[in-house]
Amino acid sequence: MGLFDVILPYILSGISVGGQYALIAIGYSMVYGILRLINFAHGDVFMVAGLMMVYLAASLPIYLAAPLVVVLTVALGFLIERAAYKPLRSAPRMSVMISAIGVSYLLQNMALYITGGLNKNYPVIPWISDSITVLGATTKRVTVITPVLMILLVIALMLLINKTKMGMAMRAASRDFETSQLMGVKLNSVISVTFVIGSFLAAIASMLFFSNYPGVIPAAGAMPGLKAFVAAVFGGIGSVAGAVLGGLLIGVCESIIKGMDTILVHSGALQSPLELATFSDAFTFILLIVILVFKPTGLFGEKATEKV
Amino acid sequence: METINKRKNLNSACALAVLFLVVILMDQLIRPTDSMAMLLTVIRKGSIYALVAVSMNLLNGFTGLFSLGQAGFMLLGAYTYAIFTIPLDERVFVYKYYDYLISVSFPEVLGNLLGGFGLLLGVILALILAGLVAAGVAFLIGLPVLRLKSDYLAIATLGFAEIIRAIFIWGKLGPLTNGSNPLKSYVRLNAFQLHIGDTTINFSTLVPLAFAAFCIWIIVLLVNSSYGRAFKAIREDEIAAEAMGINLYKHKQLSFVISSFFAGVGGAMLAMFASTVQANNFKSTMTYEILLIVILGGIGSISGSCIGSFLFIAASEWWLRGLDSGTFLGIDAPGVFRNGFRLVVFSLIIMSVVLFFRRGIMGDKEIPEVMARIWGRLRTRMRGRAGKGGEAADG
Repeated sequence: MGLFDVILPYILSGISVGGQYALIAIGYSMVYGILRLINFAHGDVFMVAGLMMVYLAASLPIYLAAPLVVVLTVALGFLIERAAYKPLRSAPRMSVMISAIGVSYLLQNMALYITGGLNKNYPVIPWISDSITVLGATTKRVTVITPVLMILLVIALMLLINKTKMGMAMRAASRDFETSQLMGVKLNSVISVTFVIGSFLAAIASMLFFSNYPGVIPAAGAMPGLKAFVAAVFGGIGSVAGAVLGGLLIGVCESIIKGMDTILVHSGALQSPLELATFSDAFTFILLIVILVFKPTGLFGEKATEKV
Repeated sequence: METINKRKNLNSACALAVLFLVVILMDQLIRPTDSMAMLLTVIRKGSIYALVAVSMNLLNGFTGLFSLGQAGFMLLGAYTYAIFTIPLDERVFVYKYYDYLISVSFPEVLGNLLGGFGLLLGVILALILAGLVAAGVAFLIGLPVLRLKSDYLAIATLGFAEIIRAIFIWGKLGPLTNGSNPLKSYVRLNAFQLHIGDTTINFSTLVPLAFAAFCIWIIVLLVNSSYGRAFKAIREDEIAAEAMGINLYKHKQLSFVISSFFAGVGGAMLAMFASTVQANNFKSTMTYEILLIVILGGIGSISGSCIGSFLFIAASEWWLRGLDSGTFLGIDAPGVFRNGFRLVVFSLIIMSVVLFFRRGIMGDKEIPEVMARIWGRLRTRMRGRAGKGGEAADG
């Protein structure tokens, strides 16, 4: 087995996970772009979408359950915004962020209560969970579908943002909250649409993500959520393309770090494994700190100047 | 003015002394099997959480630096404390899969030299070291991170806490941290007993309370000093503070390091309270819980954080227990009141505080202020009534 054959599966799964992070990251990025809020609950919305799939698929056929999950997740995202963020519109930014942390805590605890803290097996979605062979590496079909689906969704989103009136309103709101209001942009509906889009993408991402994992636990959303946020920061908050790039980069790097021991031992650089896989999560944050120190606005972010 | 302050200080010292005496008495009288034994747990854990919450409040409430790294610094403190207090004979059993690196136990060394007092001294030494390690790491983290603003700072500190956790469970550091296995057999709260003849005097509740009270007192002194005023100025308006000649970076770093020091001490005390130390217990959920305590008590109020901690711990460990175990307030509904329901109720309470009572219990006031205000209001009302009564008599 050549070195390439050792690395390939990691790169494949990295692109797949990265695509899923990217889909979540878009939700973070759009919300932050408009509200300047790190929506800590976004990762948990993603987890709840996974749990809803588990429970709905138990009693409904999958072709009914999947669309229902998407609709319910969108409703959840909309509801969270209306209940927890809208009342705090005029409050200091930190209060909104604390409210987001509170919602995240609430969703996790509810999931804990409903599941009893047990790992819930994710239903097998027929076609996408099949095993296929890519360039000699065996993987699930979802690994290949994710990047394709992600690109299609991103193109649709780009069209929405750049070509429609709602998209223009979103861009205006993220540029200048107050002025856009004066220009007749209905902020509340713009914000709601943002949350709806974010939750929709999170629901899709959860189906792709959990198909690759054995199950859903209440804390399952926290880490992917944080990573997706880092992806959004890396690409430049507010930029969809940046979020995609950041997500892919984090996914691939993380996956390669997970396989680093195997790769290094195989290539003869190491005699014994270094247990580097422990750092696959930590890497994301190292990346975050590096980018924040050297280019705080991210790759494609716009420079913001503070007026005194 | 000085005499009033002196009298105030004397009063609070007296109140604290009485509280300590009561706690010592309770520790002797309440048996672990009593239903009131929960009260002791609440005092122990509550005071530890109070210290951590106050340390977070120093940063988030008084300096306006929104940091979410508390769990990471607590982890550093807890591990440092545990590593330096495990008795030498026990180390082989604790580090089953590794050759342990550090072979010194402060309480053991000093205990052999000085007896029971040496044990206490060793524990205090380990606690201080725990704080220093946390503070040292905070200093290094602060160098890049404190340049960031509000939510970026939050996410970066959260990230550092995760990195610290990953480092501690790294197998290659096993000889120091025991990898992903727990540390145990270190000096715990139940070690604080005094044997006089046949009688045993128990200090296991007084010790955390007294330590926490001492640390919080130091933080209060700091907040009321010129440094504290500089912190508050930074919180109100960074640019204005800088214009007034406050070195922003230096003061932020100072606040960050001091807060982390006490978070480390608090983490070490949490280790004393629990029976094992494990990196996976110090996840971001812990930071969120402490943040929510601070919110509950009121951002920028030290007494609020203390009240919040005791309420939080009492509710989660004691009052709302029934929500998890089938019967609550006499209602028997095992179907609804099962594992985890307590936390759901809890998060709902906290969400309503966040949304509707944004100032928390105390706002940014302290107990003496609030007491004085209530007292003042009562007095004016009494006077008003007396005045009216006088007029009626005149007529």
